[in-house]
Amino acid sequence: MESGKAHIMEWLEEVSDPEIPVLTILDMGIVRDIKVEADAIEVFITPTYSGCPAMDAIAFDIKLKLIEKGFKKVKVTSVLSPAWTTDWMSENGKKKLQEYGIAPPQTRSQSSSQQRINRMLFAEEEAVICPRCKSNNTRLLSQFGSTACKAHYQCNNCKEPFDYFKCH
Amino acid sequence: MSISKLDFLKFQADSSHILSQRNAELCAHGPILEQDIAITNITLDLLGQARNFYQYAATLSGDPVVTEDSLAYLRNEREYKNLLLVELPAADWSYTVLRQLFYSVYQYLVFEQLEKSTDLQIAAIATKSLKETTYHIKWSSEWVIRLGDGTEESHSRIKKALVDYWPYTGELFIPAPYETETLLGFDLSALKYGWLKQISAVFEEAKLSIPENIFMQTGGKTGVHTEHLGFLLAEMQHLQRSHPGAIW
Repeated sequence: MESGKAHIMEWLEEVSDPEIPVLTILDMGIVRDIKVEADAIEVFITPTYSGCPAMDAIAFDIKLKLIEKGFKKVKVTSVLSPAWTTDWMSENGKKKLQEYGIAPPQTRSQSSSQQRINRMLFAEEEAVICPRCKSNNTRLLSQFGSTACKAHYQCNNCKEPFDYFKCH
Repeated sequence: MSISKLDFLKFQADSSHILSQRNAELCAHGPILEQDIAITNITLDLLGQARNFYQYAATLSGDPVVTEDSLAYLRNEREYKNLLLVELPAADWSYTVLRQLFYSVYQYLVFEQLEKSTDLQIAAIATKSLKETTYHIKWSSEWVIRLGDGTEESHSRIKKALVDYWPYTGELFIPAPYETETLLGFDLSALKYGWLKQISAVFEEAKLSIPENIFMQTGGKTGVHTEHLGFLLAEMQHLQRSHPGAIW
């Protein structure tokens, strides 16, 4: 089977995150590497959160997609290092999230985890822009949202509650 | 593969796994919807961390019969190495949040050391977990402060949780035979000071004080558990024991 890496990437662009279907796995930045040998392929992905239940589904969808494209042996391997960060999410992905109604992650602060723990006790999170009315007058309802990667916010202007894809 | 390293991986996996099972009891039973979601998210992170350690232990065991599932579901009480603290039932929400604070701060300090491990897979699991543990510490610290410095009722509840759980915190920093400085690359008992410092800082705001001269229970790390673990395993392992190999 003769396929350039670019071609395979195009196919992987058709695999989306089951929890946030507007994002492809490339938008998410979780595909780390691909190794092709004749009709065998190995795709290396990195989990967003250790316990993200979408990872098993994503690995399964990648296998289905590549088998459909003619590969006989497809292996999906999970690599933990370097640890995934929202900085790997594509700009296009962030735009799609915003349009979908989820506030995209802001650039990660460079402070250490210890500083973050100390500073963040009962403190407000950074101003997140409401994906609906674009106001930055919003507040954190809970650091934990409908999936591991999201926090729960509410807009003080339009009153709409919304998800924020938190920096990680 | 050294037995010690395998034992250490199982100990880490078991502790997070058993706490995730305990916390999962609150799924759909949390005090309010947002907090129900918060504790179950934390639970999911713990389960994911446990899976990472189980999977690595299974790989290192070199035995094809050993998988993350066999380690999680087909070992008996005496083979489980989890901390006693995580197997204890939680009488109410104050127990849940206090234990989470104790465990998350412990995890944070241990992972900070493991991040420097010469075993790259252990280092990778630690780095990944640290990010998640940061959220858990923040969340549980806030809850301990909220209850401790809350009403008379909430204060007396969390004080009771403190009396009940404190004797199980000594075990965190007493090294098991598979946790010597030579094997881990750091002195586990020395982390106790950092832990006490972080807990004291939260306690100060929560108007709680660290109990003194309390007899500390041990045993979990070497498989000697309280009566509670057997019941927990019976429920957790029931499906795999009754229908071997069942999958979703």
